Amino acid sequence: MIRFDKVTKMYGRAPGSGPAALRSVSFGVARGEFLFLTGPSGAGKSTILKLIYMEERPTSGDVKISGYSSQKIRRKEVAQLRRRLGIVFQDFRLLEDRTAEQNVAFALEVTGTARAAIPAKVSRALAQVGLAAKATALPKELSGGEQQRVAIARAIVNDPFVLVADEPTGNLDDRATRGIFQLLRDINAAGTAVVIATHDLDLIRGTEYRAIELNHGEIVFDSAEPSVDGVRMQHPRMAEARA
Amino acid sequence: MRSIARATTALRNSPLLSALSITTIGFSLFAFGLFGLVALNIRSALEQVAAREEIRAFVADSTPIETLTAMAGEVQKFREVQKVDLVSQTEALARARQEMPEFTDVFQSDVLPASLDIHLAPGYRDPATVAKVADRIRNSYGFVDDVRYGEDWITQLYKLRNIAGIAGATLGLAFATVAIIIIGATIRMAILSRAREISIMRLVGATDGFIRRPFLIEGFVKGALGGALALLLTWGVMRALQQYLHFETVFFDRRTAALGVVAGAAIGLLGSAASVGRHLRRV
Repeated sequence: MIRFDKVTKMYGRAPGSGPAALRSVSFGVARGEFLFLTGPSGAGKSTILKLIYMEERPTSGDVKISGYSSQKIRRKEVAQLRRRLGIVFQDFRLLEDRTAEQNVAFALEVTGTARAAIPAKVSRALAQVGLAAKATALPKELSGGEQQRVAIARAIVNDPFVLVADEPTGNLDDRATRGIFQLLRDINAAGTAVVIATHDLDLIRGTEYRAIELNHGEIVFDSAEPSVDGVRMQHPRMAEARA
Repeated sequence: MRSIARATTALRNSPLLSALSITTIGFSLFAFGLFGLVALNIRSALEQVAAREEIRAFVADSTPIETLTAMAGEVQKFREVQKVDLVSQTEALARARQEMPEFTDVFQSDVLPASLDIHLAPGYRDPATVAKVADRIRNSYGFVDDVRYGEDWITQLYKLRNIAGIAGATLGLAFATVAIIIIGATIRMAILSRAREISIMRLVGATDGFIRRPFLIEGFVKGALGGALALLLTWGVMRALQQYLHFETVFFDRRTAALGVVAGAAIGLLGSAASVGRHLRRV
């Protein structure tokens, strides 16, 4: 479903002039999989997400997502692809002058959904994230956790095949973080693949989900890759997290 | 329809910014319109002066009136000629007495020759054409004693018209450029104020066309309203000049006025297209 093939990404005006955010990274994400991308700041987590929703293109290598290739995809097709993805950010990215339901409906309006079908889809998405009672609240009237739920409702309202989340709990307290994480697990349980970039190892602790650790733009650990003796690779940080 | 609804909502949601945009566009075009009004009036005044240009062909005293009438008919058929007046010796005397009353006693009957006063059509009043027509008359009719047309005066007037034309075109271009830059910046400001909304639209899968359309409609409407405002202000200035300074001024005809509003709308549309296009390439 998602395949990174020897992907290198360098930022900078001239190709290859800037520092490498990713160096020859290869991995895949299967349908319905739950994947953590972890590592310190600047490791390349967000770059991987941007490559998934084609905000960035690889300097070399190829990213394949549901039949689209980063080498061939046209600008108009990027819009088509994003309609099938859900994207969530640390800073929620809600429209402040619109209510929760209007923010969710916005994702349907811009993709040309029939006007009559919008209210039911919005209600369903808000109910799924547990915010049906706050449909008419403005973002400023909601807590951080609730705002992130609205952002998740907006991300899932188009029934995406994968939800990508960039530090979705970065601005939240522990309680809200647990709530959001549980919500993402529920979404995944319903069949949507989830890719989360986070440096919060507490999130990973105690889960059996796949985790990829990045450092300096390279994969230093992938819990799905068996080691030479057949036992899963256990990077010291991951082992510590899982302990 | 959705694009129109979104454009209307955007205008309604930010009334202050919309009013500011329309006012800025209006005043930019007003400056251009004022210049246009001045240029129009200078041109109109010069046209009026040029309309008074005439070639006067004096004929020999013995020329029969029938011959003169026939000549007037022939000259009238020249494509350069708008009108021919036949002035008999008696009429020439009366005119001279009226124009120079202090010399009334000096003018005697038959002292002045009869003449044909030839007025040229618009577009044929340049020095070269005037000289060509004068030569043709001089050479075609043996009974024509002399042909006068105020060569120096016509040359000076033509120079003045050329200078006015070049200055008008240069200043007009400068005013139009400034107006386009200001309008472009105004529209860009409106787009930047909605940069967050645009970035979210792109993230949830809106196409460039979907994002662009309401901005184009908005730019078109703001440009048209700005153009109408500029027209209203220009008309107000003209009325004030007429009423308080008693200037005889001409205003744009309906077609030019409508063209002004359409130009405003076009600038708004193009400014929006350029600004939103540039913005979309960056996000």
